[in-house]
Amino acid sequence: MYDLVIIGAGITGTMLARKLSAFKLKAVLIDRENDIANEATMANSAIVHTGYDPEEGTLKGLLNVRGARQYEQICRDLHCGYKLTGAYVAACGEEEEKVQDELAERAEKRGIAYEWLSGDEARTHEPNLSKHVTRVLSFPETAVVYPWEVAIACAEVAVNNGTELRLNETVCAIDRTDSGWCVKTDKGEYETKIVINAAGVAADKIYGMVGDHPSFTMTPKKGEYFVIDNDVHYTDHIIYPVPTAKGKGVLAVPTVYGNTLLGPNSERVEDPDERGCTFAGLDYVRENLVKIMRNPPFNKTIRNFAGLRPSSSCSDFIIEEAPDAENFINVASIESPGLASAPAVADYVIEELLKDKLTWDKNPDARMDREAPVVMAKLSEEEKKAKIAENPLYGKIICRCEQISEGEIVDCIRRTCGARSVKGVKKRVRPGMGRCQGGFCEPRVLNILARELNCSPLDVVLDSPASRILEKENR
Amino acid sequence: MKHYDAVVIGGGSAGLSAAVTLKKQGIENIIVLEKDGETGGILQQCIHNGFGLQTFKEQLSGPAYAERFIDQAAEAGVEVLTDTMVTHIGADKTIEYVNSTEGYAKIQADAIILAVGCYERSRGAVEIPGERPTGIYTAGQAQRYLNIDGYLVGKKVFILGSGDIGLIMARRMTLEGAKVYGVAELMPYSNGLPRNIKQCLEDFGIPLYLSHTVTHIYGHDRLERIEVSAVDEKRKPVPGTEMYFDVDTLLLSVGLIPENHLADEIGVVMNPRTRGPVVDENYMTSVEGIFACGNGLHVHDLVDFVTMEAARAAEGAARWLKNGSSAGRVIRTEAGSNVSYIVPGLLHTDAMPGNVEFFFRVTRPLDAGEIIVRSGEKVLRTLKKKKLMPSEMERVLLTKQQLTGLEDNLTIEVKETE
Ligand SMILES: Cc1cc2nc3c(=O)[nH]c(=O)nc-3n(C[C@H](O)[C@H](O)[C@H](O)COP(=O)(O)OP(=O)(O)OC[C@H]3O[C@@H](n4cnc5c(N)ncnc54)[C@H](O)[C@@H]3O)c2cc1C
Ligand SMILES: Cc1cc2nc3c(=O)[nH]c(=O)nc-3n(C[C@H](O)[C@H](O)[C@H](O)COP(=O)(O)OP(=O)(O)OC[C@H]3O[C@@H](n4cnc5c(N)ncnc54)[C@H](O)[C@@H]3O)c2cc1C
Repeated sequence: MYDLVIIGAGITGTMLARKLSAFKLKAVLIDRENDIANEATMANSAIVHTGYDPEEGTLKGLLNVRGARQYEQICRDLHCGYKLTGAYVAACGEEEEKVQDELAERAEKRGIAYEWLSGDEARTHEPNLSKHVTRVLSFPETAVVYPWEVAIACAEVAVNNGTELRLNETVCAIDRTDSGWCVKTDKGEYETKIVINAAGVAADKIYGMVGDHPSFTMTPKKGEYFVIDNDVHYTDHIIYPVPTAKGKGVLAVPTVYGNTLLGPNSERVEDPDERGCTFAGLDYVRENLVKIMRNPPFNKTIRNFAGLRPSSSCSDFIIEEAPDAENFINVASIESPGLASAPAVADYVIEELLKDKLTWDKNPDARMDREAPVVMAKLSEEEKKAKIAENPLYGKIICRCEQISEGEIVDCIRRTCGARSVKGVKKRVRPGMGRCQGGFCEPRVLNILARELNCSPLDVVLDSPASRILEKENR
Repeated sequence: MKHYDAVVIGGGSAGLSAAVTLKKQGIENIIVLEKDGETGGILQQCIHNGFGLQTFKEQLSGPAYAERFIDQAAEAGVEVLTDTMVTHIGADKTIEYVNSTEGYAKIQADAIILAVGCYERSRGAVEIPGERPTGIYTAGQAQRYLNIDGYLVGKKVFILGSGDIGLIMARRMTLEGAKVYGVAELMPYSNGLPRNIKQCLEDFGIPLYLSHTVTHIYGHDRLERIEVSAVDEKRKPVPGTEMYFDVDTLLLSVGLIPENHLADEIGVVMNPRTRGPVVDENYMTSVEGIFACGNGLHVHDLVDFVTMEAARAAEGAARWLKNGSSAGRVIRTEAGSNVSYIVPGLLHTDAMPGNVEFFFRVTRPLDAGEIIVRSGEKVLRTLKKKKLMPSEMERVLLTKQQLTGLEDNLTIEVKETE
């Protein structure tokens, strides 16, 4: 009998699992994908917004501010990238400046630091800002992270503390039992007291398995991006236009590893399986970015990607015990700023919804941090030498674009919640994220995976279990 | 810190040729640094014949051609470090590298020859809408899986781009039992060598769709289907021309880009057309004592020219080591009409070391043309030629006398003739 089944190993589910693992609770985290953080948490703008944007009185407003304030410490404990870039909200003309005034007012109320800059002042810091920008509202505390890195690290901590993780298992049915629920997947059954529905774009489907009339439906919105080579230095700050009813608009985002993201658009999609980029979407990004930016480096694109925002018919986060299903907790409609809010979402679920339902004995062996992975690029010359002397694989470079060694790749496969696919390796240590997009290193990574997982190269997958890379041996 | 008169970065055909030539020139204290486990570079995965017609007057496979230079280098006593990746070059010509035996090490070079090869443009750089399943490879990646690791990547294949690697893979995969449904090329002409179009496509009945591109990718886990559309003069897809192919494999052969990371870092001036460094008649870049050659300088279609070019770069480096920099007037070379780029890009016309062979490419196919080389108004050389293709590198030789003392920039243009 489990205390909790958490459905969905995105940032919402993993952040919650980590915090819960501080206590003596029996929990299992289930995801249908072959890796942690393969959906919305894999494809977004990666910004820890400070929380000036959501309207007053919403859960989004409350939890964004609280969540953002925890990130730096969490990333330190988990040894995850965190870059304090600061953000500029750029207005072109008086109408847009009025919107800035509202944002500043909210920031003031919520204790969020901000500064005003004239267009010209801002351009001295950010020369690629359009000359049409008249005024900038600067938020020095806005940061970027690698969302999936944080989610994977949270899962690792939880699993090390005793949480079970089940990947490649799709929840198909949830039945009521005398003592709670029975969660049925395509591979097994889990008797549990409490179910947490953190299933992203599929949250309405999961809720539909228990409630007769789910109070919300998911209305996913696609966002498409360009990723720019890290040899282009485009901006230091995140640059936003002023927000509109449609959302935060098309941004320029410097990432933790020096690439730049340009995007997203926001397009309602009917089919939640439709995850690809479109000509129309990419054109929209191209046309709208130039409203606030000059010299867009689209010719240095190394890839495009698209993500689905888990938006719903409700404009706020839905974090509550389902009115018609006791001990079934929806953590749904977690659209932006869902990443920034995730730590506070977890606190809220624990404090407001679970407090009286479980016993909260501390898990004496629990550790909330994780062991630092070896990152060769961050070591001093002497430290590098020592590492290579200890293990020569750290001296064998596999990815020439990002200069990742075989030792780092082996580590990311062997550790808890380790990589099981080429994409899994790429998410953890980045080979294939650079300008050659794996053209050079993928065959090498594939061979390392085969060796480490003790399987044939034919069985190594790109991502899902059906995504084998090689067809057959050639004689 | 260990010191070398010259350090060659990259042990492909360019690097090996440069090293052998340095030795011939009496520069003894040299080393080649190669990040792969063996030297030979890209040649090692090109097991088809067609290498060395010019250099050895016979048809060799890539590895066989490489072998000859590996042997020559060994005979000349060239020191080679494999599994050694150069991570950084300093302005003072220190070189940092990493390998499993020494860890991170630093050496001092007087001259550096960059022979770092090129990489393939990926799907990201091409912007194809749709999903991102497995089954999409660059042609070189598929070639490596097949020729080095011994695995076929798929059975039903389509190829985007008519670059030579894609064409060669069309034939290779057909021979290995896969079905190749076609090759789509965005431009109205092929980017591959005519002999490859003939021998790799036509001889196997594989259609080449010119002015076409892949406009959508379908498949969640594995590639299932692609949409191919015709494009207009602006290379935009034309609605209503969609064709669908149910394939499990899409190979991309959409261009090669010189690997210019190291050069970029030290501020070497680049040519935006070749995406490699700008060099002078000695193959020296804008940074004194740093030379470049091979696919890392500009992408070649024939290895013979790589070998030749690298030898010249090594001669240039040897001269520089003995005599120092060329002084005096510097003129530029300028691509005139129908020419996309010219190598070398700069000339010291008061200090020409000898004749110079200029490499260039045309911007579009021409049935016949007249190559005109001039300096200012003065015509230095004209040359009639049939069948000029962007895929085939052109060459024109000017003598030391013709070049010495020139004051105006040197232009090469190609006039279309009947
Ligand atoms: C384009 C875009 C830009 C964004 N930008 C930002 C930003 O800059 N800052 C920010 O704070 N937020 C941003 N967001 C929002 C943020 O990405 C999301 O709020 C967050 O990632 C949601 O995390 P999640 O864990 O709730 O959902 P997900 O990461 O989608 O996780 C849900 C998981 O549930 C699993 N699942 C679903 N159904 C089942 C089933 N039946 N059985 C088992 N498992 C199942 C899925 O496989 C998935 O892994 C953006 C979102 C998008 C799409
Ligand atoms: C697939 C293909 C098919 C071809 N077919 C033919 C043909 O049929 N006939 C023909 O004549 N020519 C052909 N060519 C052209 C010719 O063979 C190549 O252009 C030539 O081999 C390139 O040599 P290179 O030394 O410049 O580059 P490469 O062979 O790529 O060598 C560069 C070397 O530098 C190393 N390197 C790069 N960066 C570093 C670093 N930082 N530290 C250490 N080492 C580094 C690389 O590992 C590599 O070994 C073909 C080319 C290709 C790509």
